[in-house]
Order: sequence, then structure tokens, then C-alpha cells
Amino acid sequence: MLKHFMASTIAVVAVLMVPSPGRAQTAQPVPAPRHDISGIWTPADGPGAGIGGTGSKNMPEDGKPEHQLPYTPLGLETLAKHKPGNGARMVHPSEINDPEVISCEPQGLPRENLYELRTTQILQTPLSVVILYEFDKIWRVIWADGRELEKEHPEPRWFGYSVGKWEDDYTFVVQTNGTDERTWLDKAGRPHSEDLLMTERFHRVSQDRLEWTVIIDDPKMYTKTWVALDKFPMKLLPPTTDVREMMCSNEEFRAYHAAMEFLDPDAKDAK
Amino acid sequence: MRNVPALIFFMAVGLLAVSVPLVAHHGNAAFDPASVTVTGTVTEFTWGNPHCFVRFDVKDKDGGIVHWVAETSNPSDMIDRGWTKNSLKPGYEATITMQVVKSGKPIGRVQKIVLADGKVLSTTLPPAPKTN
Repeated sequence: MLKHFMASTIAVVAVLMVPSPGRAQTAQPVPAPRHDISGIWTPADGPGAGIGGTGSKNMPEDGKPEHQLPYTPLGLETLAKHKPGNGARMVHPSEINDPEVISCEPQGLPRENLYELRTTQILQTPLSVVILYEFDKIWRVIWADGRELEKEHPEPRWFGYSVGKWEDDYTFVVQTNGTDERTWLDKAGRPHSEDLLMTERFHRVSQDRLEWTVIIDDPKMYTKTWVALDKFPMKLLPPTTDVREMMCSNEEFRAYHAAMEFLDPDAKDAK
Repeated sequence: MRNVPALIFFMAVGLLAVSVPLVAHHGNAAFDPASVTVTGTVTEFTWGNPHCFVRFDVKDKDGGIVHWVAETSNPSDMIDRGWTKNSLKPGYEATITMQVVKSGKPIGRVQKIVLADGKVLSTTLPPAPKTN
């Protein structure tokens, strides 16, 4: 009896020690829950991956022909008025006229998705999806109660008006319009008009992975639709994660600009 | 005695082997990309957005004091790099490596600070592993 028990034990241990194609050697992704993009998410490629200093992550203003946007004449004219501090069109800091950079103005949408996209909490209610952004401590509500996106609104909003629908079990598609055209589309100074329609696709690939896509449709500024953020990977953080505060304080802003002599206009023409 | 300032004053120009400039909200156009290293005494450290900044005094070749100011990134980024609002305090002796504005004024962007006890405060974040 003892012999039999020992033999059985050795056999089981041996089986457990031998790698088996049927037994995973690394953890497999847990499948995504249905109709659920809630959680605390952060850029999967590191905290700086969503900063987008040179503009849209997918179409940065880097001078490469493949990243030239399909501007209309008005788009080009508006672009020329925007003086960014980063990218191929960057100017000296004393000449920047980016409202967010020079006076803490709200950056609005779509820029909140394209510049300083950091740790982001997504909440769901039966009627809506709420996104809480770290940068500027901004929140926005996406209605998900079956309503259609209105074409006209009583006023433009920095963050527009958003309506979302589940395209399938794992993909939440959001459309936003009614944005305030005073904002820049991205940090590189790409323009948008009040006719902008932004489409976002939130695709939950697995339990701990979300892809975020941003599509720009603005016929006043661009001759065709273009993709500003393409399946940008976000990874899920523990639900107890304490998201940091990152706000533009006017007092801190003024102190910084004074201390840095705003980066020395005299240096503008220095070699 | 004339050599004493030379002993306590050190300035070198060189390239940092691992530095990747932070993406500043105002861009990079103001700065010379070359790195400068000075040793001095911290007089103030301000923790805030859009950038933290440190003031420090450095003795020049003639024994005079040059008042420097140099920025880091924002608090959130600096926490990721191991800094806190108490990382630098008035009186700390520090060797600071930075980029300087193109005119040569004592205005910079910190790349690395080494404190007297050897502690290193870097503004560079190691790259994260790429996702599949």
C-alpha cells in the first residue's frame, strides 16, 4: 500500500515538473469583461508615453512628409497663426502663443487626449461613462443612455458634448462635437474648428489592456479624416491606485515664469 | 589663496551619456543642448507646475557669486524620478549638470544633481519596457 502511494506521489510530482504544451509557462491575459472599460489606466509604455509634446502621437509635427496633415487653405492659415514651443515649427518660448502654455487656459478636447495623457480613471454608471484625467484634474461625461449626439448645442464647451455606444462587447465608440475652437487640437498647434467631430474608440483587449484611438474629422480644417491616436495602449492599475494631482496654478505659473525670466528672450537670436 | 576658488568652483562642459531631455511645456528652443556642470549652494527649491525650479549660488572665477536658477520637470514627473518637494533644501551643497539658455545667462534646465553625500537626483527616467 505504501509502495503504491509513494509511486503515485512520485508520478504526480514528475508530471508537474515536466513542461507541458497544455500548461501555460507564463500568465495568459485574462479575457476582457463585457461592456466594461472602467478602471484606472496608465500609458502601458511608461508615464511619458502619452505626453505628445510634438503633437498627435500618430501624426507628430516632426517635418516628415508622412506626417503632413491634409490641411484645407483655412487649416493652413490657422496653423500659421499658432506658434508652438515644440515640434518642427517650434519657436522661442518668448514667442509661444499656445493658450495652455502661456496662460493656463483649458486645453479642451481633443487635446486632453493628445497632450499629457497620463493616469486616467474611467467610471461607468448605467447611463454614462465618466473619464477623470490626471492632467489639469479634468473630468468629462460621455452619455451612454442610447441618445443620439445633437448637431447643435446652446454653447461650445472646452470639452464638447460626448455620446458613446457599444459597438461590440469590448469596444466603446464615442463621438464628440461642440468643442471650443479657441483650443489647439494638439501641442504642435494643429487647428480645429467648431465643426470638429472627434471619434474615440476604446477597445478593451483584455482585462488589463485598453487601446484608445482618436479620429479627427473637421472639414473646415482638413480635407479628410485622420487618425491622431492609434490604438494607444493603456494598462490597468490596481483599483487602490491614488491618481496624482496635476494642475496649472496661476500663482505657481507666474512664479515659474518670473524665476526663469521666461527663458531669456535675449537668447532668441543667440547661436 | 588664489587657487582656493578654483578648488571650490568647478565648471565643465560635456555630454551626459544617458540624458534624454524632458519634454518641457515650453519646448527646447531656448536651450543650448550642451551640458554644463557647476558646483554651488542651494538657496531655494520651488515645487510646482508647470515646472519645479531650484535657485543656487555658484562662486565665479573671481570669487563673486552667480545666482543661478534651473528648472526640472513638473512634480508628477519628478515623483516618478524619485524626487519629493524636500529633495533640495537651502544650504545643500550640490553639483548640478544642466543645459543653459543660449545667451549664457545663469538660467538652466537640470539634468542631474549630485548632493554632497553622494545622492544623485536625476531628471531622466529609465525607458519603460515596450509592450507587445
